[in-house]
Amino acid sequence: MTQQTLSPTAPAKAKAGGALSLSRSRVRAAWLFLAPMLLVLALVAGWPLARTIFFGFTDADLSDLANYEFIGFANYLEYDEGEWYGLLTDPEWWNAVRNTLVFSAVSVTLETVLGLIIALALNASFPGRGILRAAILIPWAVPTVVSAKMWGWMLHDQFGVLNDMLMGLGILSQPVAWTADPQLAMSAVIMVDVWKTTPFMALLILAGLQMLPSDCYEAARVDGVHPVKVFFKVTLPLIRPAIMVAVIFRLLDALRIFDLIYVLTSNSADTMSMSVYARQQLVDFQSVGYGSAASTLLFMVIAVLTVVYIVAGRVNLGEGGR
Amino acid sequence: MQPGLRAAFAGAALALGAAVYQPPAKAAEISIACGALGVEFQLCKEGAEAWAAESGHTVRLVNTPNSTTERLALYQQLLAAGAEDIDVFQIDVIWPGMLANHFIDLRPYSNGAEAEHFSAIVENNTVDDKLIAMPWFTDAGILYYRKDLLEAHGKTVPETWQELTETAAAVQAAERAKGNDKLWGFVWQGKAYEGLTCDALEWIDSFGGGAIVDAKGKITINNDKAAAALDMAAGWVGTISPPGVLNYAEEEARGVFQSGNAVFMRNWPYAWAPANSADSPVRDKVGVAALPKGGPDGKNSGTLGGWQLAVSKYSANPEAAASLAMYLTSAAEQKRRAITGSYNPTIASLYQDEEVLYANPFFGSLYDTFTSAVARPSKIAGAKYNRVSNEFWNATHAVLSGKMDGATSLAQLEKKLKRISRNERW
Repeated sequence: MTQQTLSPTAPAKAKAGGALSLSRSRVRAAWLFLAPMLLVLALVAGWPLARTIFFGFTDADLSDLANYEFIGFANYLEYDEGEWYGLLTDPEWWNAVRNTLVFSAVSVTLETVLGLIIALALNASFPGRGILRAAILIPWAVPTVVSAKMWGWMLHDQFGVLNDMLMGLGILSQPVAWTADPQLAMSAVIMVDVWKTTPFMALLILAGLQMLPSDCYEAARVDGVHPVKVFFKVTLPLIRPAIMVAVIFRLLDALRIFDLIYVLTSNSADTMSMSVYARQQLVDFQSVGYGSAASTLLFMVIAVLTVVYIVAGRVNLGEGGR
Repeated sequence: MQPGLRAAFAGAALALGAAVYQPPAKAAEISIACGALGVEFQLCKEGAEAWAAESGHTVRLVNTPNSTTERLALYQQLLAAGAEDIDVFQIDVIWPGMLANHFIDLRPYSNGAEAEHFSAIVENNTVDDKLIAMPWFTDAGILYYRKDLLEAHGKTVPETWQELTETAAAVQAAERAKGNDKLWGFVWQGKAYEGLTCDALEWIDSFGGGAIVDAKGKITINNDKAAAALDMAAGWVGTISPPGVLNYAEEEARGVFQSGNAVFMRNWPYAWAPANSADSPVRDKVGVAALPKGGPDGKNSGTLGGWQLAVSKYSANPEAAASLAMYLTSAAEQKRRAITGSYNPTIASLYQDEEVLYANPFFGSLYDTFTSAVARPSKIAGAKYNRVSNEFWNATHAVLSGKMDGATSLAQLEKKLKRISRNERW
């Protein structure tokens, strides 16, 4: 970028050497300033990622990490005596992928819609707005493990407050085992996640709403346009970039969901996500190699989905904040 | 993890140690991880503190998750990282094969004390000719029943599962008609975890359906008797057992039974002491029997459980840690635990001890249940046991929650186990 801004100065040919060295020294300074960040990134993100991908090609075992052999792609796919083995042929892995996708799609959609509604409400000025804005953030501020455990007790079939309330209201005739029933477990997990992360969406969208120019609204009011039409024709297009960025944050988060599911339903196949699967292989079954292969695939699934989302949604991350 | 790095650290530590070395007589702090089911934690604390007072060392107790599955995960992470935070580990009877690498050989410290213990357990705890853990208490699944309720409704203790189903349904219906509408017939461990493997193995084995994998490594689980056993258990959910039983572990089941809300309970012997404690609503109303047979030609079957004490090889004070393990597993301490907490000793002579039998009358009558309990296939499956068990409890859970019938689920399970074992080659 520095070179581009400097090059159009055509008459400065004689000074080219000086300009070049100036630009070179600026580039050097830029690298110097970037170096600590790059180093930290390489250490905390690059190294573990590289190590995980590397372990995915070995038969490492958690009980003895010093000894392992390189086994190529066998963790992913292997043909052995008439049978295919490996991650890509494991129905449980694909079940985990499906669960994760269902969870992400449903929870992020609900959170976006609810977050938008809450943000619109909080954007209006009314007395006590500041307090309400702070209060609505509480679910987001509670650590996930704590809120998951709390919901686990509230959803408990014998002592849970939710069953008690619903039975008191006459909606249920007998207690429901929210987290144990295979038909309900995923819905329960999604419900808790929506409760927890809607405030985050509301906050990001509210930030977008606060930056909208007021002149369009004045013009709309003068023209007497219906508020619903104003929302769809003015507000929504204007905050679309903010929503798209908020969604991508949430999507990245939802695709690697672990803590909530693990605390609420542990390793149950009905709700097992890709991360829960990888952890189970790595820790419970001690196969660091196979578990690392699953983690690598998880990384690739998230990367591909993110790229697809950015391309299809034409998200401009550079100016997304506006 | 990295030998080079570790050696460097060890070298540095040695140099540092030499510089500040002070002659012995310093007391070590030993950490022990104990379970917390029933009065377990309290007992462990008392025992460990008695040892501390005797030896001059100090002890620190570490709380661990109640679920065996989660506890194993925690241990595996600690041990794989070579952490010295815990010196003495309480390990399950099925773990020696998986964790042996991380524990020291206790023979140099035991002075032959292991000879007093049940030889089957000692053999189970011996891996590659190293005694990696001392037996602490043994376990087998048993049936708890409410003497008062059975008597009031003119029923006897069931001999078969079919009888149990009928009795439970009859008592439950009669009691509910009287207004006791929280009462359930039978509670057990139905959550998808190791405990369900134990429960389901009991049903299947009592029907004569084998123990999942036989001693030669052949996968035997896909048979009609096993399928019938699972279908029977699926019939309980929502009828004589609360629907939430599908998420119950030991303590949840005990919670329901001990508050007086169940006629029968399947649990380990530890539940006897709290059920008869001073503040228990069912005090003196509880009886214990062997688990029922699977029909007239079936057999009584309880799954072998039990816990051992092992010393981490990453411990800074292996000698003191081993001394604590030996103290806690000694006959005197096992007797105290049997009397106050009904933890089954692993020393045969204690089953003839009058004080032990007075506190736990069923130790005498169920002696055979404890000594001939059915073992989970942890020996043959070795490091893969956890995977086998995981598939087994998931397959069982699918039947219990009504997703499929026993035969379909077991056929799928057989395929999965073949995958895991690479066609029974293990």
